[in-house]
Amino acid sequence: MRAIGIILAGGNNHRMKELSQKRAIAAMPIAGSYRSIDFALSNMTNSRIQRVAVFTQYNARSLNEHLSSSKWWDFGRKQGGLSVFTPTVTSENSSWYRGTADAIYQNLDFLKESHEPYVVIASGDCVYKMDYNKVLEYHIAKKADITVVCKDMPAGVNVDRYGILKMNEESRIEEFEEKPIVAKSNTISCGIYVVRRRQLIELIEKCAEEGQYDFVKDILIRYKNMKRIYGYKMQDYWKNIATVEDYFHANMDFLKPDIRNYFFRQYPDIYSKVDDLPPAKYNVGAKIKNSLISSGSIINGVVEDSVIFRDVFVGNNCTIKNSIILNDVYIGDNTYIENCIVESHDTIRANSYHKGEGDIKIVIEKNDRFVI
Amino acid sequence: MIKKEMIAMLLAGGQGSRLGVLTAKVAKPAVAFGGKYRIIDFPLSNCINSGVDTVGVLTQYQPLRLNTHIGIGIPWDLDRNIGGVSVLPPYEKSNNTEWYTGTANAIYQNIEYMDSFNPDYVLILSGDHIYKMDYEVMLDYHKEKGAEVTIAAMPVPIEEAKRFGILITDENRKISEFEEKPENPRSNLASMGIYIFNWKTLKDGLVENASQPSLDFGKHVIPYCHANGAPCYAYEFNGYWKDVGTLNSYWEANMELIDIVPEFNLYEEYWKIYTKSDSLPPQYVSSDSEIEKCIIGEGSQIYGKVYNSVIGCGVIIGEGTVVRDSIIMNQTEIGAGCELNKAIIAEQVEIGDNVKLGVGEEAENETDPHIYNHGIVTVGEKSVIPSNVSVGKNSVVSGVTTAEDYPDNYLASGKTMIKAGDKA
Repeated sequence: MRAIGIILAGGNNHRMKELSQKRAIAAMPIAGSYRSIDFALSNMTNSRIQRVAVFTQYNARSLNEHLSSSKWWDFGRKQGGLSVFTPTVTSENSSWYRGTADAIYQNLDFLKESHEPYVVIASGDCVYKMDYNKVLEYHIAKKADITVVCKDMPAGVNVDRYGILKMNEESRIEEFEEKPIVAKSNTISCGIYVVRRRQLIELIEKCAEEGQYDFVKDILIRYKNMKRIYGYKMQDYWKNIATVEDYFHANMDFLKPDIRNYFFRQYPDIYSKVDDLPPAKYNVGAKIKNSLISSGSIINGVVEDSVIFRDVFVGNNCTIKNSIILNDVYIGDNTYIENCIVESHDTIRANSYHKGEGDIKIVIEKNDRFVI
Repeated sequence: MIKKEMIAMLLAGGQGSRLGVLTAKVAKPAVAFGGKYRIIDFPLSNCINSGVDTVGVLTQYQPLRLNTHIGIGIPWDLDRNIGGVSVLPPYEKSNNTEWYTGTANAIYQNIEYMDSFNPDYVLILSGDHIYKMDYEVMLDYHKEKGAEVTIAAMPVPIEEAKRFGILITDENRKISEFEEKPENPRSNLASMGIYIFNWKTLKDGLVENASQPSLDFGKHVIPYCHANGAPCYAYEFNGYWKDVGTLNSYWEANMELIDIVPEFNLYEEYWKIYTKSDSLPPQYVSSDSEIEKCIIGEGSQIYGKVYNSVIGCGVIIGEGTVVRDSIIMNQTEIGAGCELNKAIIAEQVEIGDNVKLGVGEEAENETDPHIYNHGIVTVGEKSVIPSNVSVGKNSVVSGVTTAEDYPDNYLASGKTMIKAGDKA
């Protein structure tokens, strides 16, 4: 492959509410068996990118655990490999990553010591499948300095939390605004960039000299007239996880046959860390309608329109509707849960009642597992 | 210098002909079990959980599936710098090239492999039992007794004892006599086919008996060691242990997994069973489905009704289909409106719409009544069954079949239909 990969996984977002307390967004569990960073990692490996660096900062324990072995994505090779870079103190610098460009600057040696001519930068909080080679070919054909993957959002969708861009008829980006109050178009940036490695080093070094730290604001927007920055439109499914609502719907999307089929049964596959869990078990009293159930789970009650992650126990006479139950949750008998996200490793006592009215309710009880 | 206290040799070369078409293309240890496992996962997981990190797997019969499953042993953490898992097929020599002609002969042909680890003890296992066992405890027992040969044994009902190799011991569990499938058993301690040998004793027993045709542990090597004064002890095991050598015992062992709290519990954190799992998505259960008393593997899609069954990974069960008391292995696809009763469907089978399996009166199987019995319908790997046909009980279908193969759209009970070809 002609590129190395960088995955930006340091971010957090207060709009994820309590769900962000435990982990970075990149480590959010998705679709029963995955974490959101699995999509970027699998896209990298499926695009035959062999050297990948993940930049993390915010609450990286859960993410580090997930990335404890690179073999699940087939990066454990003599050629290349997967590196996780957290901020470190050096003789010149003792800061955290002050922004995405700063994160790359603090790890510039990774770029300098590679020999692949290009870099693919992706973020760890998006759900999509993509062959980055297609973007790279486009990038080369356009003789671009930077290529930004973008997507047209359907009219009427609120796009004010994305980077909005406008391209001319040659697909060169003419305008780029980050989180505008009034959006001038409905084309958004997907946070996926292709750039020549030496070009990136140059831009990042200049950025650092000037005391600027953000890749979008201080490079893309600042240089949009000086450098040849092009947009590559992607047509397929793409979803960014930035709010609880997004997160909920990104999971529920997998109950739709076409999306499930696209991700689960069409080439290429998405890979994740393999837990050695037994198959899911359905006892007498289990009634499942339109749901995803993951391995290691034991179901004794009713589950409708829900996503059940790994190692979940649903007690007798329970009802779970339109909800997401994260990994390793124990739900006691006679419990009713509707429109909720139940945080991982939680224990819900018997006879509990949780219902999200209007909004999705995040359930965190933190009970002890073995006293019930 | 390389040194391992105990290494394991796992006999996985047998066909297991009593599993009929299930082992037509794969060795018995590679047959799927319990939704996502293969039979060999149990001894391999026992090894790593017991701290035995050097395992030689002896293969001979149809080893492809076994080879790809084991690979370099990653799923069991048996990819080691020193030791780990090695697949040991028979090989050509400058003279006297032969297949593995017996259990002990297979081990004899790999003396060099064992010698290279300089072991004190060698553990002999077979790849066709479902159980959890700590071989380290057995080794402690072996040392404590000062034994040179220890045989794991379990008490069986005395009326069944005549099906087994029986050990007759004194009150110290020292073995005084062996009886192979005795008419009138004098003890109910049945050998489980799990042995620990002192390496010197084993090597001597193998070398001295090398010229014996079909060299076997039970018939030749152990009696030889015993006759030469090596202290032999029985190690009593009382946990779950199931031989899955026949279709009926295979079916029963699978069904035992779906009990509320099964005797053999896969859901315990302690003593995990590992397998090569592909990174698979969760399973999808549709709005019109019903599932009760089942275990279902990853990536399956259930649109029909499934009761009392064990379903593998990546299986599709169509709308309106009713599955009862059945085992369906990985990647099999079943159409809509089917009815399956007490069926064992091997991997990658394709079944059309409105197919009925296991219907009609029971009748003895015409070709192999000792294999296909207890009313089970068996469908071999990569078979194709066309839409709108019925198949009776104790019957077996294998290969690509078309509507013409079913007179009046019905294959009567007890029929055997083995056709050529695989699902494309």
